[in-house]
Amino acid sequence: MTAVDAVDAVNTDSEAAAALLDGESRVCNAGNEPVAVVELRGASASVAGRTLWGGVDLTVECGEFVAVLGPNGVGKSTLVKVLLGVLPAAAGEVRVLGHRPGTAGAQIGYLPQRRSFDASLRIRGIDVVRLGLDGDRWGIPLPGTRRFGGTKRREADARVREVIELVGASAYAHRAIGECSGGEQQRLLIAQALVRKPRLLVLDEPLDSLDLPNQASVAALIGRISRSEDVAVVMVAHDVNPILPYLDRVVYLADGGAASGTPEEVITTETLSKLFRTPVEVLRASDGRLVVVGGPEAPVMHSDRHAGALVGGDGRDADRRATDRRVTDGRASDRRAADRRPAGSEADDAR
Amino acid sequence: MPADSGLSWNLLSDIDQMWKLDSMVNAYRAGTIVAVLAAVVGWFVVLRRQTFVAHTVSLAGFPGAAAAVFLGVSASWGYFGFCIGAAAVIAALARSGKGGMAEESALTGIVQSFTLACGMLFVALYKGFLNGVNSLLFGSFLGVTPGDIAVLAAVAAVVLLAMALIGRPLLFASVDPAVADARGVPSRTLSLLFLVLLGATAAEVSQITGSLLVFALLVMPAATAQRITARPGRSLVLSVVFALAVTWFGLGAAYFSPYPIGFWITTFAFGCYLLANLYGFVVRWRGAGRRHMVEALGVS
Repeated sequence: MTAVDAVDAVNTDSEAAAALLDGESRVCNAGNEPVAVVELRGASASVAGRTLWGGVDLTVECGEFVAVLGPNGVGKSTLVKVLLGVLPAAAGEVRVLGHRPGTAGAQIGYLPQRRSFDASLRIRGIDVVRLGLDGDRWGIPLPGTRRFGGTKRREADARVREVIELVGASAYAHRAIGECSGGEQQRLLIAQALVRKPRLLVLDEPLDSLDLPNQASVAALIGRISRSEDVAVVMVAHDVNPILPYLDRVVYLADGGAASGTPEEVITTETLSKLFRTPVEVLRASDGRLVVVGGPEAPVMHSDRHAGALVGGDGRDADRRATDRRVTDGRASDRRAADRRPAGSEADDAR
Repeated sequence: MPADSGLSWNLLSDIDQMWKLDSMVNAYRAGTIVAVLAAVVGWFVVLRRQTFVAHTVSLAGFPGAAAAVFLGVSASWGYFGFCIGAAAVIAALARSGKGGMAEESALTGIVQSFTLACGMLFVALYKGFLNGVNSLLFGSFLGVTPGDIAVLAAVAAVVLLAMALIGRPLLFASVDPAVADARGVPSRTLSLLFLVLLGATAAEVSQITGSLLVFALLVMPAATAQRITARPGRSLVLSVVFALAVTWFGLGAAYFSPYPIGFWITTFAFGCYLLANLYGFVVRWRGAGRRHMVEALGVS
């Protein structure tokens, strides 16, 4: 590498980073077009000719926290793909930040379905967050230029520090990410998704494979960020209970259909029975937890996620398996409810 | 090996004497170029966990050099042709699959055994050549010509420039492929390009350490550096420092002893790796001890 090339790389790097960091202390929609962050009108999706879900009407405003719920294999992740513009909607209208999906770029932060870092990976958490800011730029930053480098470079460093503080990961951001616990890794990945100050955060099952105390604390973190950072959150979830206190809206996907609205409107015996065309009962435990009984699959269950994910397979068989599990799961969920942390606690659980 | 070599009591005059030999100066030049290149490319190999592919690609240097000698052309052509060729074959065939690790490693193993078999074929075809097999496999630093150095330097410059250009997106795609893909990083193209760069690097390193011991410079310094620090910039620099130190000491030791260069470089590199592991162990042990104490104090 010649010195000239490297310096060029650094310059373009700083300028680009500065471009990302404009719009400090953004008020909701200030300086942006007054449009909904996500707008779905009669949207439906189909994979290989089979309609997964349909008739989704959803408006997500700035700073709202929306959960996408539904049984396994119903196409919750497909909704994420539609929002990201990876997969076109089969019907209806989809607008993300007022435009066609896939054109919003840095304005969308995306956290894919659970990925964990190998224990032997020797890269710090802060580096992974930093890659979220400028990892897609060509060239490498020249070592040692930070001292003499422009304010833009320092701003980028400051943004990384700020976002790590925001998710409460300062204590372990300088450790190799492979050595961090699952909850710690998930916080760092949320920081990575947030580092470009997106207006929409799309999270695919971020609580999956975390233990219950960590589920509660990461859910509280996401709830707080959606308010404090004015970022709309669309989160695919398997279990509504950890996030229920923070939700503004839910979308319940069902085979061929969908229901959306506030949690109080949607997660009811009446709405879900109509949606699933089968008697469903929604029970509320004394601590406010919701338990859905009798649907194709209760959202409360921590079952093997992929058991029912074989779309197009024998649906009835999957239903029967789900029912069997539900019966055995009843007592386990009571136990879980007993040792659940109070909602709103963001404290890290001990490793 | 010069007959009158061997250490005397005056180390400085020994080194002075070594530097008077053109062949040694050339060997040091070539070794320096190769060490820097191997350390940088190897750092990504270790991070991406592509050591098996790296091993296979460097083994392809053996049939390459054997074929070149059999055909009567410069061995460097054989090294570059076969190493880059093997990398291209792996890249092309892995592309058709969905990039599953298991499939890729099976493919890599197939390419590896085939290249070794080809190597033995060329050795058998070229009858009087058997003495040279050792140096092809285990390295030699004698007979590096200024022309060789020019080629090594030119190829190294191109590879390092390419690495500087793709370094950050490649790091992103290596560490976090799902998000890198979503961000529009062409991770597939980058990994193919990296394989080709790896091929060129393996060809260079093979010429000093021999095909079997490429790991000594390609993987060991980088693995050692990554054991010591998780900061990417620092571990990259450390990796280069280790590779240079190991190469320079290895060349010196080989000059003053009857044992081959490959052995010395590998031994020094392995020693560094053991020390780094020991260091990592001590750091963790002390850290654990401190945590233990904090907990104990917190409880009491």
